[in-house]
Amino acid sequence: MTTEMQNEAEIFRGTTEGATRFKDHRSVRGTPKQGMPAFVLGEELAEMAKTDERIVVATADLASANRTNDFRDVHPERFFDFGIAEKNMITAAAGMAACGLVPYVATFASFAAILGAEQIRTDCAYPKMPVRVIGTHSGMSMGFYGSSHHALEDLGMLRVMADLTVICATDANHLRAVLRRSVDHPGAMYIRLGRGRDPLVYDTIPDVEIGKAIRLREGKDLTIIATGSEVRAALDAAEVLAADGTTVRVVDMHTISPLDRSEIEAAARETGAIMTVEEHNITGGLGSAVAEVLVDLPRLPFLKHGVPNRYVEVGPPAALYDKYRLDAPGVTAVAREFVATHG
Amino acid sequence: MTHRSNVNYAVLEDRAKFIRTETVRLTRIAGAGHYSSTFSCAEILAALYYAQMRIEPSKPNWPDRDRFVMSKGHAAIGLYPVLADLGYFDPSELNTYTRLGSNYGDHPDMKKVRGLDFSSGSLGHGLSVGVGMSLSGRLQGRDYRTYVMLGDGEISEGQIWEAVIAAGHFQLGHLVILLDRNGLCIDGHTEDIMGIEPVHERFAAFGWDVQRVDGHDLPSVMGAFDNLPAGTTGKPQAIVFDTVKGRGVKRMEMSLDWHVGNLVGEDYDDVMKELEAGLMPIEPEPAE
Repeated sequence: MTTEMQNEAEIFRGTTEGATRFKDHRSVRGTPKQGMPAFVLGEELAEMAKTDERIVVATADLASANRTNDFRDVHPERFFDFGIAEKNMITAAAGMAACGLVPYVATFASFAAILGAEQIRTDCAYPKMPVRVIGTHSGMSMGFYGSSHHALEDLGMLRVMADLTVICATDANHLRAVLRRSVDHPGAMYIRLGRGRDPLVYDTIPDVEIGKAIRLREGKDLTIIATGSEVRAALDAAEVLAADGTTVRVVDMHTISPLDRSEIEAAARETGAIMTVEEHNITGGLGSAVAEVLVDLPRLPFLKHGVPNRYVEVGPPAALYDKYRLDAPGVTAVAREFVATHG
Repeated sequence: MTHRSNVNYAVLEDRAKFIRTETVRLTRIAGAGHYSSTFSCAEILAALYYAQMRIEPSKPNWPDRDRFVMSKGHAAIGLYPVLADLGYFDPSELNTYTRLGSNYGDHPDMKKVRGLDFSSGSLGHGLSVGVGMSLSGRLQGRDYRTYVMLGDGEISEGQIWEAVIAAGHFQLGHLVILLDRNGLCIDGHTEDIMGIEPVHERFAAFGWDVQRVDGHDLPSVMGAFDNLPAGTTGKPQAIVFDTVKGRGVKRMEMSLDWHVGNLVGEDYDDVMKELEAGLMPIEPEPAE
């Protein structure tokens, strides 16, 4: 396939907007690398490992896809490719952690979280091993690869596990901050990433505290609590709604477990309504987690927005975000309808 | 068969008996316990902990210690008394076995039991833990061995074979499988439920060095340990121990009724007497 054909194919898939050329691995199909969470993963870990000998990285035959090869290139002796054997990789990471290492193991979210759920619970979370399981290509970002490759249940499955920290990285800069914070964080973690083509929310590396939400925008008519790739869509929606005269508070709820209860309580107390937005099944994920807090509070209008509880269609990711109203126009429309109906 | 001059086989035999009698005693506290799959590995455990492993019970976190993962976690009832006997904790703690809040449950918990290198319970995970421990040892320049005891029914789990492949690929010469080949799983004979033979050839085909010995004959068990290479060969090691499930109590030997059970009253006393009398030689199967 020629470069031109490849680029056309990518545009057809809807995964890029007007990509025009290949570059070296510092960029992916013309989009700057720093805008891509998955693609700073190996680079950031490699940098961290220069001063921390405990850090090791593993993947399951996806070193190129999740850019852990950027780590392998710098620290080959501390990189392990386990081949297509995710369960073995996650449990072996627990074994490494039991001997004093801090392993970061990365593969597609559907395989990390769903295939490896028992290994995450039994071998990492329960014995409080400092294993960091990184699920890339989460949600429906794998588009036409189909339901086996979509991870729309991972948050629901993993947030119910005690002693497991569950985080959705918002963008590349946020991911760097989370990784830096993660090294000495006690116990096991699951870190959810998008496909690596997510737009920036943070222009610089933010000050991230695990378990504490980040309030990105103030408003009094509605709070949108979003996570991961949907934070950008929520901010864009708030901008549009401001023009309508509706002011929207936007909260980046990057830590799904433990959940920042006080931020939710503040939203309930201070704004007119709450809406959650996530690229996840509306059953069991962020929306459900927030609802578990709201049930203890005075009643207020609340809407969970996400993927319906069914297996989504295949298609280019951009088409899927449009269909399920999880792109900025979709979130804007859903929020507008919600504000109109509740008030 | 190699006989070590510095090994007192009478002592090891006594410790294997101790593992069995403690299993019976603790099972009575719990009201149910895994007799037969603990009895099958009693000699292996005794030889491993009392004569083979490089450990220092006063320093359970010593980085250079040999590691042991009891992947067939339901045999923990036989491991706890060994750890207590070696001084990892006060043997009286075992009297809480399975009681509410006890550190000692049916499956071993590294968060609660001093001297345990890892937890287990869900079968099929332990060898992967061993792979990680061996990789760590190499990365950190330590020459400890990691021993993983597997049940023969357990190796039907796919994750085991992921780890078998990985150990060969990563050339983990310090990793040792101890396979308790007792022939029975819960639902019947392994070869009827899910056949694994020729199991030694299967390990060999994945690049492992394999020995196969009688798992109840202590000189053979010790001989297999003696035959392990230094660990620098890059070949992971498997020892297939042919054992008898329930070995030591006639009514339990190869009986499907005693995977989990409870002895009470006269039965308890009879079994304790039988165990105190010591193992009888294994009688050959009558020709059909």
